[in-house]
Amino acid sequence: MFFFIAMPILSVIAQSIFIPHEAVMETVKNCGPFGCKEVISINHEATSELRAKQPLGRFSGLEIYLDRGHLAISEVNAAWSSSDSLSQFFSRLGNLPFYRAMGFTLTFTFVVTPFVIILGLLIALAVNSLHARIRGLVIFFSLLPFVVTPLIGALVLFWMIDSRGILGTAVQWLVSDPDLSLKASTGLMWISLIVYGIWHAAPFAFVIFYAGLQTLPMDQIEAAEIDGATRLQRIRYVVVPHLMPLVTFVALIQLMDNFRVFEPIVGFNAAAHATSISWFIFNDLGGETRQLSSASASSVLTIIGVSILLLPVLVRTWNDFKGKT
Amino acid sequence: MSSRARKQPLGLQILIYGFAGLWLIMAAFPFLWTAWGSFKVELDFFSIADWTYALTGERTKAEYGSPFTDAGYKGAWVQESFYRNVINTFIICFFVVCTSLTIGTLGGYALSRSNYRYTFILLITALIFRAMPPITLVAGYMLPFFQWNVWGLMPTTIIVLVAINQPFTLWMLHSFFQNIPKELDESAKVDGCTQFQAFRHVIIPVMWPGVITTGLFSFLLAYNDFAVTAMLLSEENRTMVPQVAAFLGTTYTEGNIMFAVASVVSATAPLFILVMFFQRQIVSGLTQGAVKG
Repeated sequence: MFFFIAMPILSVIAQSIFIPHEAVMETVKNCGPFGCKEVISINHEATSELRAKQPLGRFSGLEIYLDRGHLAISEVNAAWSSSDSLSQFFSRLGNLPFYRAMGFTLTFTFVVTPFVIILGLLIALAVNSLHARIRGLVIFFSLLPFVVTPLIGALVLFWMIDSRGILGTAVQWLVSDPDLSLKASTGLMWISLIVYGIWHAAPFAFVIFYAGLQTLPMDQIEAAEIDGATRLQRIRYVVVPHLMPLVTFVALIQLMDNFRVFEPIVGFNAAAHATSISWFIFNDLGGETRQLSSASASSVLTIIGVSILLLPVLVRTWNDFKGKT
Repeated sequence: MSSRARKQPLGLQILIYGFAGLWLIMAAFPFLWTAWGSFKVELDFFSIADWTYALTGERTKAEYGSPFTDAGYKGAWVQESFYRNVINTFIICFFVVCTSLTIGTLGGYALSRSNYRYTFILLITALIFRAMPPITLVAGYMLPFFQWNVWGLMPTTIIVLVAINQPFTLWMLHSFFQNIPKELDESAKVDGCTQFQAFRHVIIPVMWPGVITTGLFSFLLAYNDFAVTAMLLSEENRTMVPQVAAFLGTTYTEGNIMFAVASVVSATAPLFILVMFFQRQIVSGLTQGAVKG
């Protein structure tokens, strides 16, 4: 009996941990329409009076979501009706800050994730067939880019690709254009950010795949060998299917992590060329005016985005759980 | 495995070693390069004239008489009192790890031993929270913190970091406790222990590997966090990472970027040591989630 009494209590304790989060969600929704920011710029006395009366601010419904800084419904409509072609529409969409941030975030997420998986798999296969003595060393150094603080990792790389840094010079030498600067062009900046993303996350995929390779069933490999499978075929038809659950796992975690890409943009000082949604929120929060309402609206939109990304997984886990009980 | 086919032809072996070597360089070289460069002056680290200056330190020699200088470190640690940020970082990390482990251990144990449906809902909620970018939550924290006048204080940040960390700790310890057979505490209860005694005398002695691994990851999260600490800490309470970012803001104009380089190297050193000692735990921690998931 004690078991059944103690469990709920402990679970309540565990649940109580989450109150900060849940409270956050509520405040986001309620103070999302915190419309005082326009008031601040007009009259400070009136603001403080208004604040004292309604600490959550003026109710403005979905206004903030639809304004130019976020979903920009009217601008999108205008762009849609006035654009002749789809590409023109998209380029106009790119001028709206939220869609620009969204565009980069999605590109980053969906380019980095597959590359991380492929690179991680290759490294894992290579390391697995190395001599056991030097494996430890390789794993040690491989972990570094993953463990190091993202901002610091980004800075380290950023200093190297600076036009006066070693990689920047190397690139200049390769294309023999001494004035080339990775920082100056949007496309190159995106590429360097993506390269950073791959560099940072590949060790994670590597470690997981490497652990998966340790549990590889030897008899299956041997059976494939007897059937005359070449090395490549063995990898393709035995090793990769064996690692498939891990691939799903890595893809899931990477989607979540890459969707919130933020530190490299600060580290690379790349806000002029590429903004992610997280950076968008950070910028709103960190400015002089601390535009909480705008930041909260973007946060809610981000949360919706994350939920959409997670939905398939949640459904699957739910089914699994139902199957278990 | 001595079978003939497992032996690799020479060409493949060269390819494998070459690829692993390439990756090794990719992974380690940036850090070595920056660590080496942090002992140089800016004109060497960012050399316009000749990139080999960064290796040999021509300008540094001309300025300080030897190819190595500690000017960057002195500037960062003494002039800009970087040590304060280091102390702040370790205070925050220590408390975050302790608090989240205490809650996580109890909560994870409870969840792993309970069969109710809400257990699952709780875990899924935790997973969703894990996916949230911390910065989206920060927006919600700021207004109440300003109103209660607790913004910028370390305890507040510690609480926020614990809250952000908790879903992860809970997941990890939950799956760890599930691997500890239920029979252990059941037999303890048959012997007359209460639930808590069973936890205290039977589970606690065997839980340390999982707790250490989880603690490592909590530490990394608190140590590496930028979004929360940058937004929620006042200037004198700043931790290392926001301080590095702040260096960049000021030092670009001063032309002394080496402060930032030196502090980056200083902030990486503890992580380096951490990986060296706890490599096994980090790897097992990373894979634990995967095997379960």
